Amino acid sequence: MSTANTAPAPIIEARKLEKSYPQPDGSRIQVIAATDLAIYPGQIIALLGASGCGKSTLLRMLTGLSPASAGAVYWHGQPVQGESPNVSIVFQSFALFPWLTVLENVEAPLEARGMPPMERHKRALRIIDAVGLDGFESAYPKELSGGMKQRVGVARALVVEPEVLFMDEPFSALDVLTAETLRGELLELWLDRKIPTRAIFIVTHNIEEAVVLADRIIVLGRNPAHIHADFAVSIPHPRDRKGAKFIELVDSIYRVLTRPEHKDDTAPPRTYAPGAMVPPKTIMLPHTRPGGMAGLLEILADQGGRADLHRLADELSLEVDALLPTVDTAVLLGFLRVEEGDAIITPLGQEFAAANIQTRKTIFRKAAIANVPLIRQMEQALKAKSNRTLDEEFFRDLLDEQFSEEESRRQLETAIQWGRYAEIFDYDAETGKLTLTEA
Amino acid sequence: MTALAPTASQTTPLPPTAQRPAGSRWSWAFLIDIAVFLFVFAAIYGVYAIGRSWLGPVQPQAHISQNPRILPLYALYSLVRIGVAYALSLVFALAYGYLAASSRRAEVIMVPLLDILQSIPVLSFLPGVMLAMVALFPHSQFGLELGSILLIFTGQVWNIAFSFYSSLKTVPRELHEAAVIYRFSRWQRFAELDLPFSTIGLVWNSMMSVAGGWFFLMACEMFVLGSRDFRLPGLGSFLQTAASDGNTYAILWGVAAMVAVIVLMDQLIWRPIIVWADKFKFEQVESAAAAQTTLLNLIGRASFVIRLYRLLLKPVFNWLAVTFAVGARRAAATFSAPKQNRARRWLVYVLAVGVLFGLGVAVFHAVRELSGLHREDYIELLQSAALTFLRVNTALILGALWTVPVGVYIGSNPRFARIAQPLAQIASSIPATALFPIILLFLLRLRGGLEISAMLLMLLGTQWYILFNVIAGAMAIPTDLKEAAYIFHFSSWDRWRHLILPGIFPYLVTGMVTASGGAWNASIVAEYFHFQGRIVSAPGLGSTISSASDSGRFDVLLASTLIMATIVVLINRLLWRRLYRLASTRFKLEA
Repeated sequence: MSTANTAPAPIIEARKLEKSYPQPDGSRIQVIAATDLAIYPGQIIALLGASGCGKSTLLRMLTGLSPASAGAVYWHGQPVQGESPNVSIVFQSFALFPWLTVLENVEAPLEARGMPPMERHKRALRIIDAVGLDGFESAYPKELSGGMKQRVGVARALVVEPEVLFMDEPFSALDVLTAETLRGELLELWLDRKIPTRAIFIVTHNIEEAVVLADRIIVLGRNPAHIHADFAVSIPHPRDRKGAKFIELVDSIYRVLTRPEHKDDTAPPRTYAPGAMVPPKTIMLPHTRPGGMAGLLEILADQGGRADLHRLADELSLEVDALLPTVDTAVLLGFLRVEEGDAIITPLGQEFAAANIQTRKTIFRKAAIANVPLIRQMEQALKAKSNRTLDEEFFRDLLDEQFSEEESRRQLETAIQWGRYAEIFDYDAETGKLTLTEA
Repeated sequence: MTALAPTASQTTPLPPTAQRPAGSRWSWAFLIDIAVFLFVFAAIYGVYAIGRSWLGPVQPQAHISQNPRILPLYALYSLVRIGVAYALSLVFALAYGYLAASSRRAEVIMVPLLDILQSIPVLSFLPGVMLAMVALFPHSQFGLELGSILLIFTGQVWNIAFSFYSSLKTVPRELHEAAVIYRFSRWQRFAELDLPFSTIGLVWNSMMSVAGGWFFLMACEMFVLGSRDFRLPGLGSFLQTAASDGNTYAILWGVAAMVAVIVLMDQLIWRPIIVWADKFKFEQVESAAAAQTTLLNLIGRASFVIRLYRLLLKPVFNWLAVTFAVGARRAAATFSAPKQNRARRWLVYVLAVGVLFGLGVAVFHAVRELSGLHREDYIELLQSAALTFLRVNTALILGALWTVPVGVYIGSNPRFARIAQPLAQIASSIPATALFPIILLFLLRLRGGLEISAMLLMLLGTQWYILFNVIAGAMAIPTDLKEAAYIFHFSSWDRWRHLILPGIFPYLVTGMVTASGGAWNASIVAEYFHFQGRIVSAPGLGSTISSASDSGRFDVLLASTLIMATIVVLINRLLWRRLYRLASTRFKLEA
């Protein structure tokens, strides 16, 4: 089931699929770089990546929900316009219609196909039975627990017998135990061939989930999104989370996810003419708060300065999604190195972890100005003004040249967080004015 | 104004899961069936009475009886008028909102247009509507009835349309995507996603609209237009005639009848609908408490109703679903994009040119009409606008002054709220205009009596919006904040300044916006009134509009309407919208 690249023709194939958004000034921001991707029959494919990296957008382009900016999606070799012919999506938020009963929710896609009432009733009941919702047909979604709701979501997706089943972080809104149960049930349906679905494409940010389910794991890099690595998984089912092969694979995916991708990040240009705005090189600020990073450094210092990221995440019961941005922040500021999936604290990081609040701020300030182009620019631009004050719009316009509107808002928000913490500048949320903090 | 903000009563808890008729309750079901059949007989007689009246020869000045015995028939006439007007409003509002939400190009024009139309008082539509209807049906009472219904319609339709539009714009993304990926036809998307998602907003705005219909009923059933005097038998004209004659006895009877009808409607129609609508609440978790209404349970149990639904409606829905689904698939199969697009684009162009031409003609005539007015006329109009402005805002401030403390008290004492809220709801459903003659009886004797009465009427008509919103706001203040205020020994001034006022601010703004618009509209009935055989009027923009309509001065009517619409829209843009923004940024309570 796993060695697919030579196997039968793909069901869905993306060729040079791209997504970009136009900017007011006529330029375009690319969120997904030209991507080739094929979905073969008989496979569960997991698309793995940090949140906001474009996984969901890619899924929506493959299903035809969102139009591609360039490239095309092929369905059995034929180019597709609009939605793909026979696919389903299981949504993260379940996306059930709260005013319809379980039965009506599951019947709705059949109704859309113009199926007569008797037959759609029969089919819906059969699939409701298969996902273990027997007895809940006349319940409304709000009476159900999260797990039950997602079972309805799965039933609704399966009732149209899709050739490819798409799942957009289907278990991330559920608690750990429920999610595990549902994964097991999905695998059972799939492995026992209880459903005619020929391929499953699941988007997730949970590495273990990907390794438990998938025959193939595609790791997505970001800014713009691109395929960063492609793993074939050949561990037989049922997969043992404590097994050597399992842990090895999880570790190597961790390594890939933490491997720096941009070579130029490490050596940012040093000199700027005061006030001259050179757009920052594309260093995306990870969306974290300084407090979280301080906590991570303290824990690392406590554990002797070196820890396996996978184990660390486990101990903190965090998912990769939550831990990685914090690690990225510490790396960016020079407090941390990542080697072979291990996080290693630097001397500066040690100093930071041991310092009191005021000293931490000083260390953070120096590190941020030295290593984060955006913060440095903001400081210099503020210094260049006689009243030491600038409107946030000024910086947002600058960021808009490189990021989507949403992303530049988040970038600026993070930069302001950091700058305030480091006492580089003050920010008045009501007027949107940034003022240089006088020493 | 805007879509109805969450009022306290909107937090009505959930009904239990659909009640299925229990087998042991067959005797109940049987009784209900009999009641329903009796109701059907009564309805048939009602239709007959209405038909006889509507299709009869035209009588612009029907004799309006002052005998209380006639009140049930008059109540029926008025109810049917308001009901038909509401049905028209709903259909129009759905179409308008759907169009505005689905076409970006149409949206640009249609949404601001709603804003303007909402700010035009009912009477300004009167000459156009009435003359057109009478010209269309010169020999039948139908024209007059239709005119009156359309007048009521103009007072009901806009906020429903706005509510539907804004619901459509806020359909959650993943639900919308589910509808697309499962290839819902247009019909299915409307019936299973758009309409259910909008239901709660539609219900609350419908209640508001129908209340508005009662408020302006007197103006819509009896009016003078130049030399022509129009009277249609109904509760509104009964009250108006009684007031003109100074017949206190008839006034009291009329008010009692109107209040009875409204309270009955509230209990028999709106309460069950609200409870039923709760099923459309967009929430993932069931609320703790469950509200019930006996009537809804009874209807749900009546086997007759269920049979009717299964026999008649379900097949129709199924047929619609299948037809649209098949149609959509066929359209997709024979889809030839460029051709259809071109045809469509041409249609849009032709329509746009037509609309622009119509607009041009209208503006030309309007300007010609307005050119007859002199500078002094405009100065006078602006002066009366200033007077009405003062009156409206005094009423608003007075309203806020009493409703804020009372609302906060009710909202923060749940036990008291359980008693006070239903009472306030009944009080609010009584149209202030019906009470107006009684108020005048007492106040006209005083110096500046009409001045006071006018403000009182605006106050009576609009204070409820503020009160209900303040109650909701006070209920929404988180308990931990209240506890913090208690722990830190806030003085009561500090508590108001740091906790209560900021907490209720967004709600207060919502209530005030609605109240402000309502007060401007109410000025046409508050400042000008036929009472005891004479016209009592206070100088102001409202009375200018009313008297211009009475005397057939179309130029004055047009100018004063334009001024009022401009003022209301300007106040909305310059004041309320800013406060809204402030409310949604700085005063938003979030985790």
